[in-house]
Amino acid sequence: MDVKDIIKEENLVYSKSKVLTDTIMHYCPGCTHGVVHKVIAEVIEELGIQDKTIGVSPVGCAVFAYNYLDIDWQEAAHGRAPALATAINRLYPDKYVFTYQGDGDLASIGTAEIIHACNRGENIVVIFINNGIYGMTGGQMAPTTLIDMPTSTTPYGRKVDLNGYPLKITDLVAQLPGTCFVTRHSAHTPAAVRKLKKAVTKAFQNTRRKKGVSFIEVVSTCNSGWKLSPVESNNWMVEHMFPYYPLGDMKDE
Amino acid sequence: MAELKLMKGNEAIAEAAIRCGCDGYFGYPITPQSEIMETLMARQPWDETGMVVLQAESEVASINMVYGGAACGKRAMTSSSSPGISLMQEGITYIAGSELPCLIVNVVRGGPGLGTIQPAQSDYFQAVKGGGHGDYKLIVLAPASVQEMYDFVDLAFELAFKYRNPAMILSDGVIGQMMEKVQIGDYKPRLTDEEVVKRYGSWATTGKPSTRERNIITSLDLDANSQELFNLKLLKKYAEIEKNEIRFEEISCTDAEYLLVAYGSSSRICQKTVDLAREKGIKVGLLRPITLYPYPYGAIQKLVPQLKGILAVEMSAGQMVEDVRLAVNGKVPVLHYGRMGGVIPTPNEVLKVLEDKLIKG
Ligand SMILES: Cc1ncc(C[n+]2csc(CCOP(=O)(O)OP(=O)(O)O)c2C)c(N)n1
Ligand code: SF4
Ligand SMILES: [Mg+2]
Repeated sequence: MDVKDIIKEENLVYSKSKVLTDTIMHYCPGCTHGVVHKVIAEVIEELGIQDKTIGVSPVGCAVFAYNYLDIDWQEAAHGRAPALATAINRLYPDKYVFTYQGDGDLASIGTAEIIHACNRGENIVVIFINNGIYGMTGGQMAPTTLIDMPTSTTPYGRKVDLNGYPLKITDLVAQLPGTCFVTRHSAHTPAAVRKLKKAVTKAFQNTRRKKGVSFIEVVSTCNSGWKLSPVESNNWMVEHMFPYYPLGDMKDE
Repeated sequence: MAELKLMKGNEAIAEAAIRCGCDGYFGYPITPQSEIMETLMARQPWDETGMVVLQAESEVASINMVYGGAACGKRAMTSSSSPGISLMQEGITYIAGSELPCLIVNVVRGGPGLGTIQPAQSDYFQAVKGGGHGDYKLIVLAPASVQEMYDFVDLAFELAFKYRNPAMILSDGVIGQMMEKVQIGDYKPRLTDEEVVKRYGSWATTGKPSTRERNIITSLDLDANSQELFNLKLLKKYAEIEKNEIRFEEISCTDAEYLLVAYGSSSRICQKTVDLAREKGIKVGLLRPITLYPYPYGAIQKLVPQLKGILAVEMSAGQMVEDVRLAVNGKVPVLHYGRMGGVIPTPNEVLKVLEDKLIKG
C-alpha cells in the first residue's frame, strides 16, 4: 500500500509547511519552541515571502532554529539579534527580517539591543519566547522567572530581595513609539496556536507596510527546566504565568 | 575625478568609505575618532551612493550591526577608539568565527581603562594577538599618513572579502587628528548582490531563492571534531594570508648597522630620527611594518646579519617589540623605547636612546 492509498487528497486536512525542513528537531518533547517554529514557517509560506525573509536566531535553545526553517539565517551572539536585524533591515528595506529570541537572550543580556531597536522603529518582527527560565544552560533563573519559582540558581525560589522582580519587558517596549504591534500569546492549545498564527501573519504584514517593530511574546513552557511533564507544565503556565503575563494585545496601530 | 584635498585622518577614513563603495557604517561616538561618523553624517552618502550610516546605542550594537551587514555580503564597517574596541571583542570573534569580511577602525588612545584621549599604540596585542576568545586572526593594517588612512579603507575591504576575514585599520590619535594632503580617488560603485555572488561566491544571506540551498551564517558547531576541522581550515587561510599579504617599508636600510622598527605615527617620528642620526654619521635604518598581521618577520630576519642592534619604538610599554624579538631570535640585541598614556616621543628622545642604550650600552 502506498501513502496515496492511505491519505486521499479529498481527506487531507493538514500538511507540513514546505518552509519547515525535514530535520528532526532537538527540542524536548512538549517544548513550545517547535510549535512556534511551525507557525512561523506556515505564515512565511502562506505570505509567499520565503525568498525575501531573513531570520536571526538567538543563543538559547532556539540557536538551531536555522536547521528547521528553510530560509536564510544569521546566528547572533547572545542577545544581539536585534542589532543584526537592524543592519539587515537598513541594507534591505524591502525584505522581511525577524529575530527569534528567548527571555534570557532578549530580556537580560540583550536588553539594550532590543530596547533601542524598538525605539528606532526598525521595520522588523520580534518573536519573544518567554519560558521564565534559561532552558539551554540547564534551567537557571531568567529575568522573567516568577517570584518563588524554583530554578537551578534559585533553588529555594526567586526572592525579591535577592533577585528583584520578574521583568515585563513586553510592557516596556509597548511604551515605545517605534513599535506598532505588541502582543502576548501562548501556544498550548489549538485555539491559542490559531490566535498566535494570526498575530504572526499580521506582524509580517506590518513589515510589508513598513510600520515598525511588531513584537510578539509567546508565554511558553520549558518542561525540562521546570522539571514538570508537558501536561503539568501547561497547567502550571496557565495557573502561574498567565496571571503575571496576561495574554492579549498591548498595542495594535 | 581624482583630486587633492587637505583633510584630517579621520575625515579621510569617512571619505574613503563613501568612495570605495562601502554599504554601511555603524558606530558610536568616542574621542579621538568621532569625526569619522560626523563627517559621514554631514556628507549624507545615502543620497549619493545609497550607503547606510547609523549611530548605534553602543559599540556592542555597532559591531553586531556590522555582523548583520557583513552576513548580507555587504561592505560593512565600524570605527572606534580603544575602550569601544574592547567592547567589540565579542562581535569581532563571532565575525571571525563566521568567516565574514568587514572593516574595523581603531584610532587608539592611551589606556588601560578609560585612560586618556591622547594618541597611543597600546592596543597592538589586542589587535594582533587575539582580543576576543578563540583561535582567530584579524588582518591588521597600520597607516602612517592621512593618505594611507584613505587608501587602506578600500585595501582593507578588498583583503577582507578576498579571505572572508575581518580586517582592522590600527591607527592612533596622531594620524586620526593630523591634517595632510590626500589624493582622493574616483568613486567605486557599490556592488550589487549579483556582483557579490560572482566575485566572492554565494554565501551571503540575501533571502533564499528556490535556486539555491539556504545560507546560514553561524560560528556554532557542537561537535568537537568538526569544530577542529574548521579551526584547521582557518589556519590554512591564515597561512595563505601570511604568504601573500605581508607589507612593509624600508627606509635607509641598505647600509644600516642599527635598525629602528616602528609602525604608524611612531614610524613618522623615527623617520626624523634616522635623518638626525645619519647627519651624525650613524648608519641607522627604519623598518616600518604596514601589515601588523601578517607581520614582516622575514624582512627583519633578512637584515639581521648586517645589524649590531635593533630599537623598537612604540607608544606603549612594549608590545610589538615581542614580534621583533621573535624574528631576531636572540641574534642581536633588541631594545624597546616607548612613551605611554598619550605622551608622544620626540625624534631627539629616540636618538638619545639609540646612542646611549643601543650603541654605547
Ligand atoms: C555571552 C554568553 N553568555 C552566556 C552564554 C550561555 N548561555 C547560553 S543560552 C543561555 C540562556 C538562554 O536562555 P533563554 O534566552 O531564555 O533561551 P531558552 O533556552 O530558555 O529558550 C545562556 C546564559 C552564552 N552562550 N554567551
Ligand atoms: S530545555 Fe526547555 S526550552 Fe529547551 S528544548 Fe527543552 S523544554 Fe524547550
Ligand atoms: Mg528562556
